[in-house]
Amino acid sequence: MNTLRTTGTALKALRRNPMRALLTTLGIVIGVGAVIAMMEIGSGSSAALQDAISSMGANVLMIQPGTASSGGISFGAGSVTTLTPGDAEALAKQCPALRGVAPEVRARTQVVYGNRNWVPSWMTGTTPVYLEVANWSMAEGDFFTERDVLAANKVCVLGQTVVRELFQGESPIGKEIRVKNVSFRVVGVLVSKGANMMGMDQDDILLAPWTTLKYRVTGSTLTTANQSAAASTASGADTSGAINTLSKIYPGQASLYPERSAAQLADNPMPVRFENIDRMMAAAKDAASVPAAIDQITSVLRERHRIRPGDPADFNIRDMTEMTKTLASTSNLMTNLLLSVAMISLLVGGVGIMNIMLVSVTERTREIGLRMAVGARGRDILRQFLVEAVLLCLLGGAMGIIFGHGGSKLVQAVLGWPVATSPGAIAASVLVAASVGIVFGFYPAWRASRLDPIEALRYE
Amino acid sequence: MALIELIELRKSYRLGELVVPVLKGVSLQVEQGELVALMGASGSGKSTLMNILGCLDRPTSGQYWLDGREISQLSADQRAMLRNSKLGFVFQNFNLLPRTSALDNVAMPLSYGEANISEREARQRAQEMLALVGLQDRVHHEPNQLSGGQQQRVAIARSLVNRPQVLLADEPTGNLDSKTSEDILSLFQKLNQHGGITIILVTHDPMVARHARRTIHIHDGLVVEGAYAAEGNAACQEPAPEATL
Ligand SMILES: Nc1ncnc2c1ncn2[C@@H]1O[C@H](COP(=O)(O)OP(=O)(O)O)[C@@H](O)[C@H]1O
Ligand SMILES: [Mg+2]
Repeated sequence: MNTLRTTGTALKALRRNPMRALLTTLGIVIGVGAVIAMMEIGSGSSAALQDAISSMGANVLMIQPGTASSGGISFGAGSVTTLTPGDAEALAKQCPALRGVAPEVRARTQVVYGNRNWVPSWMTGTTPVYLEVANWSMAEGDFFTERDVLAANKVCVLGQTVVRELFQGESPIGKEIRVKNVSFRVVGVLVSKGANMMGMDQDDILLAPWTTLKYRVTGSTLTTANQSAAASTASGADTSGAINTLSKIYPGQASLYPERSAAQLADNPMPVRFENIDRMMAAAKDAASVPAAIDQITSVLRERHRIRPGDPADFNIRDMTEMTKTLASTSNLMTNLLLSVAMISLLVGGVGIMNIMLVSVTERTREIGLRMAVGARGRDILRQFLVEAVLLCLLGGAMGIIFGHGGSKLVQAVLGWPVATSPGAIAASVLVAASVGIVFGFYPAWRASRLDPIEALRYE
Repeated sequence: MALIELIELRKSYRLGELVVPVLKGVSLQVEQGELVALMGASGSGKSTLMNILGCLDRPTSGQYWLDGREISQLSADQRAMLRNSKLGFVFQNFNLLPRTSALDNVAMPLSYGEANISEREARQRAQEMLALVGLQDRVHHEPNQLSGGQQQRVAIARSLVNRPQVLLADEPTGNLDSKTSEDILSLFQKLNQHGGITIILVTHDPMVARHARRTIHIHDGLVVEGAYAAEGNAACQEPAPEATL
């Protein structure tokens, strides 16, 4: 008896009692429907979560100078100035896992426009690559250019909060604002980004070329927080001024650094990098390449800073991997939890199938006896009932897929949740449904195949 | 050689410790093309004998030759194949599949045959058989839409669909009124005469047995063919009224 014929026979048998077939398979319908809906909603929300995480800067790495300590007193991260713009350029060139590296020079001071003033949370000197690294874009105007950085031009870009506080509806483009008596021309406005993961307003920002901020807005860099570092910075002014090629882009002012006495020079012949920056912001290609990026940055910087193997690094790298992992695992946990509930419902559905198939075998004892009398062998009967069970499960599975998919689409339409169709889940549920049919259909089918034809024919 | 030959066939059932002998050494021969009535009181072992003849059951001892082959020791699967190809069954209670058309009922045995018959061929064959029993216009009726006599005709068509050599009918008219019984018995006679099918039918009604050319009596597990018939049932030995067909 071929499979096609058996399937036809099974279909006819199911059609003899369509209502029962429907109720029998309800467990499978619900189980498969739940699995499909879970998978689609789950993968949709995890895709949305991934997007959210990367927009929040999961692939952003912060490279900070190491900790200075003097006589057992630690001054905290950033208290020494070991990072240079050259480091940023080298990282951008030598680390394939990075999308970009932006140096950051930070200041905190008053900004004045007309009769209004404001102190932005962030006043950051950087390069044009910042826009891409921070995954940000312009709402109005343009970002400053590489030329502006080289020439230390007095231009700046503002965040929405600063614009709101200073301009009150006026367009800021082309206006001059004053930062510590230095006049900056506003060339662009950033789009609003809202609060960051710590709840701080990211739009409360002023961006300017790092050279401008560092050399024109004097005395405002954060390094002044560290007295000893500030003192040592000053100590090498004369020597470095002569050899520093960057000095030609400095505005032709008087000496930028306080003069050192001969005694100071003799006491502290420290080689200090003058064009230090406060920190660097690097963006990995994506969240997955963050670990590789960390390795590459570490090896490049250790080499540039001539740190011997085993010695502690003079910088540290911070990433958001932990937070990303936590978020992703929370969402995975929820999906798996719901999935296991759905699986239990499939199991219950399977038991329902077995139950009804056993009833059906008992009910159809005479039919089985008759089929055996006209020449059906035990294995023909086994196959017939097994095919019936599998068919029931597959029909249930098909309905479940339709309901599950429809349900997740409904959720998408009504609640606006992100949903992703998952062909893998559909294929898996078809497989699972067929397996449930085979596993739970086998025992009843086996019982049927073991019937004695005479007794079966005589069964009342 | 006879189509069917039983030699010293015994069958006993085991009820716990107790062994109940039902057939106590039955020997008989049935030739190709015979129409035999099997008679006997209720509980005499007619059905038991029919089950063995129909390869549904195995004798406890003795030999059963069917078409030149000793088959009492065949495996269950071999017996199933034999039932499918050589034997046809007609039951007292018709045993049709409920909510299934007459056509599908008749075609059912074909799906268990050795030869792989196509679906179309199977329907064709079933249709022919239904026409043979006079039900060509009831092909798509389901059993509950048919009278008792029509249902038994469907059952007969089903038993014929595999072109068996032997048709076994255990009290085929037991559930039918006398008029319908007469029709069914005439159908058996027709099949026997024109189709050449060997038919063994069980009955305890002497009127039914009259349709057969030969009557075998079973009494208490033994065949008492000649003696019992000669004794008091003259009607059984009269030739069947073939003119009616
Ligand atoms: N499966 C069985 N187990 C035990 N005894 C049985 C079984 N089948 C039949 N018998 C006994 O065998 C005897 C003959 O039964 P059966 O062949 O059905 O008689 P009948 O001639 O009325 O068809 C009866 O006494 C019955 O009780
Ligand atoms: Mg009986």
